[in-house]
Amino acid sequence: MANIEVEGKSYETDEEGYLVNLADWNKDIAEYIAKTENVDMTEQHWEVINFLREYFEEYQIAPAVRVLTKAIGKKLGADKGNSEYLYGLFPYGPGKQACKIAGLPKPTGCV
Amino acid sequence: MAEITAPAYRVIPIIPALKPGAMEGSGPYVSGEKMNEALGFPGKLVDDWHDKAIAKMGDLLGKYRSLKVYMDSCVHCGACSDKCHYFIGTQDPKNMPVARQDLMRSVYRRYFTLPGKLFPKLVGARDLTREVLDEWHNYYHQCSECRRCSVFCPYGIDTAEVTMAARDILDSVGYGQKYDIEIIGKVHKIGNNLGLPGPALIDTMEGLEEDVKEATGVDVRFPIDVKGAEVLLITPSADFFAEPHIDSLIGYAKVFHATGTSWTLSSMSSEAANFGMFIGNYEQLRKVALRIRQAALELGVKRIVVGECGHAWRVAYSFWNTLSGVGEGADPDDKFAQMLQKQLDHRYRQPTHICEFTWDMIERGALSLDKEANDKHIITFHDSCNVARGSSMGGYPGGQFDIPRNIIKAVANHFHEMDPSTTHEKTFCCGGGGGLLTDDLMDLRVKGALPRMEVLKQVSDEHGVNFMAVICAICKTQFSKVMPIYGFDRRMVGGVHQLVSNAIRLGEK
Repeated sequence: MANIEVEGKSYETDEEGYLVNLADWNKDIAEYIAKTENVDMTEQHWEVINFLREYFEEYQIAPAVRVLTKAIGKKLGADKGNSEYLYGLFPYGPGKQACKIAGLPKPTGCV
Repeated sequence: MAEITAPAYRVIPIIPALKPGAMEGSGPYVSGEKMNEALGFPGKLVDDWHDKAIAKMGDLLGKYRSLKVYMDSCVHCGACSDKCHYFIGTQDPKNMPVARQDLMRSVYRRYFTLPGKLFPKLVGARDLTREVLDEWHNYYHQCSECRRCSVFCPYGIDTAEVTMAARDILDSVGYGQKYDIEIIGKVHKIGNNLGLPGPALIDTMEGLEEDVKEATGVDVRFPIDVKGAEVLLITPSADFFAEPHIDSLIGYAKVFHATGTSWTLSSMSSEAANFGMFIGNYEQLRKVALRIRQAALELGVKRIVVGECGHAWRVAYSFWNTLSGVGEGADPDDKFAQMLQKQLDHRYRQPTHICEFTWDMIERGALSLDKEANDKHIITFHDSCNVARGSSMGGYPGGQFDIPRNIIKAVANHFHEMDPSTTHEKTFCCGGGGGLLTDDLMDLRVKGALPRMEVLKQVSDEHGVNFMAVICAICKTQFSKVMPIYGFDRRMVGGVHQLVSNAIRLGEK
């Protein structure tokens, strides 16, 4: 267990930097985690993060990569509905890195 | 995270120079209190861990005769020493299989043999100290239980069983590994490794139906919880979630569709993987397997087919019969196992691997295939360790090697083998097997992939190979993660049924 300091407040994370209490999440924390991951948050990044959070709220899990690419494609145009676009935004992999920034639990298993 | 780089390819693949201590303290995260307790393990390292660990070791030595034989019979001939991908990649001498086993063997001698009790120094016996315990946690999580070394051992010592015993002991004193234990907890609670609840599974499958319809114009179904279906498909949950895994799932669905087979997934039992094997814990192994029995009984299916998952197929092929009653040999007093044995249709192999199913259909001419659809791929096949060395297919020795290759050759025109010293029963682990597919072991995973990457590079240079087919979810994830570090495109790896999916013509037979 570890802690991160954002805007003078302390938040608990696990060993890998994922937020422990999902309710703690806010945009400042997302920006902070993104910085530790060397990701510069742009409007395109936020589109993905917002979709992840909406999906999680409904299903209690992050979406499958394919579900994510499809949703982004519908929203931003077919040229962006592919995993290359997502890897461009989140080089460590859209599944884990984007979840971390979105304050969601890490997808586990053989993924 | 620090930048992880790939080790250099060896000019001549011989025993690497030793780097003592290279992987010291590179062990994985220790499992947390809640995760441990959910599995019935002590929350954290217990105060009397020394006595408990020795007692547990005695218990295992009594229960598993094999373990005692493996402890006693090694003559340190060294045949295994350079056969391990982790040793080759890390150069740490404690990753030689013989040396890794000796971390436990030395403790065994001290507490369970007369010479070790009387003259420990003379026979290389060691007390179980905290340093030794830490060493176990570290190095027994640098073995993927792939059993390549065992193929070369003149005594047939199964190193994986030693690793499993060590992990079982570590768990029993509250000192297990986060990745494995968290995942097993999710299977008990939600039904799969991912923690993917039923509604999300249903939503994802509906999305796939739309996608396939859009791509092919055909209504291929991805049914869930259909009572009375003929086939229950048990597949790794990564197939629902990750790339390239999901393309194989589409392939299975197309095969079932094209052959008019009624099938279903189960939302309660939506996982083929069984990490109970990785941690060497029989009770966990059984508990995970029993979900599948429950689903099969509730849905009333006649056949159980297993998707592309390496260790799941080992568990299914080798252990499901006595664990759960899928296949012959269940305990006569196990009422539900007996019930399931009667319910399943024994004209078919129980369980059936999806590759057996597809190959059988190809042989019968039930599928219409367009090989040219895979012409952009020059393909090789990576044998997954648990399929290669822990199972079979087709009901004859070596079927597990032939059948996936037969399928590839039936659905594609271009196929090249990798170096034969690295395929079939001598295959190298992908570097992420055995419960090590976790980000905190990324350095180990990259190094452990070296021997496979070397021979892949060779066929890629010499024959233009641009696609490596596999039948394991761990291999798929591991390779798509580490291959870019070796300069390959991550999309170069995919499932055998991804190729089937490309080639299959729907609605023509």
